Amino acid sequence: MPQIKSLEELRRLRERVERDITTRRDTSTTIIVGMGTCGIAAGARETMRAILEELRTREMDINVTTVGCIGMCAKEPLVDIEQAGKPRVTYGNITPEMVSRLIEEHLVKGQVVEEWVVGRLQE
Amino acid sequence: MRELSHHVLDLLENALAAGATQVVLQICEDSGQDMLSIEIQDNGRGMDAETQARALDPFFTTRTTRHVGLGLPLLKAAAERCNGGLTLASTPGRGTLVRAWFQREHIDRAPLGDMPSTLLGALLSSRGDWDLVYAHRVDEGVFELDTREMREVLGEDIPLSHPAIRQWLEEYLEQGYAELYTGLWADRL
Repeated sequence: MPQIKSLEELRRLRERVERDITTRRDTSTTIIVGMGTCGIAAGARETMRAILEELRTREMDINVTTVGCIGMCAKEPLVDIEQAGKPRVTYGNITPEMVSRLIEEHLVKGQVVEEWVVGRLQE
Repeated sequence: MRELSHHVLDLLENALAAGATQVVLQICEDSGQDMLSIEIQDNGRGMDAETQARALDPFFTTRTTRHVGLGLPLLKAAAERCNGGLTLASTPGRGTLVRAWFQREHIDRAPLGDMPSTLLGALLSSRGDWDLVYAHRVDEGVFELDTREMREVLGEDIPLSHPAIRQWLEEYLEQGYAELYTGLWADRL
């Protein structure tokens, strides 16, 4: 039986996190999932959860945030990957099954999965 | 939307889009009254009477990226299919209150579904500067979450979306929900 999560445990976690927080700001990678009505209806929440699972399994320390509708509703679920010093890449129609390959290729090997790209935003 | 929790995530997104800094969300399942209700109150910018009337029209939205809104009308239709309904109360500058209710055992009522994922989806919003006060009651059982308490522990520098905190939050939600439901099932055995 795992220990019950408590605010006390959160307090201990804070002490650990405080030590590395200053170093991570400028080097960090962020995955952004569109979570407007269109995204939710297309399964963006499930895709986000698959991303969290994959990052946890691989023990990758990467930020994940959600945003509202950005206007490419037909391409939802939309997943953007933003890395310091690189153009932000937008992937479209990303289902939970595609998440493992996306993370393996883009984040582990550093190769953009061209066939799933729907847009790029220069830094 | 396949699950009611998808609608709940949509409601949370609406509140954030309205600039809310505090959202109070309550889900109540009462087997005695055969009712499931979802109530969400935010302190966002609110709506005037005309906008409120239009908010339930599927072809109205405040967003500029698309011409249809759909969120609230879909929930209203889902509730009305299950002998329930949806009410909307809002004051410009003060906030909005949405309440939807369903006959809990109605054959057309979608399952509530994955609430931990819904809460994570909202809590990981890029709009990090807001608080959620949440309670989910199922008869005598209750699961509660208050991000103000968490922020008090974490201080100002560590966001809830920090990877280590996020993972804690994920486990906290999974465990809280597992307990809420196993407690209930144990009672019925």
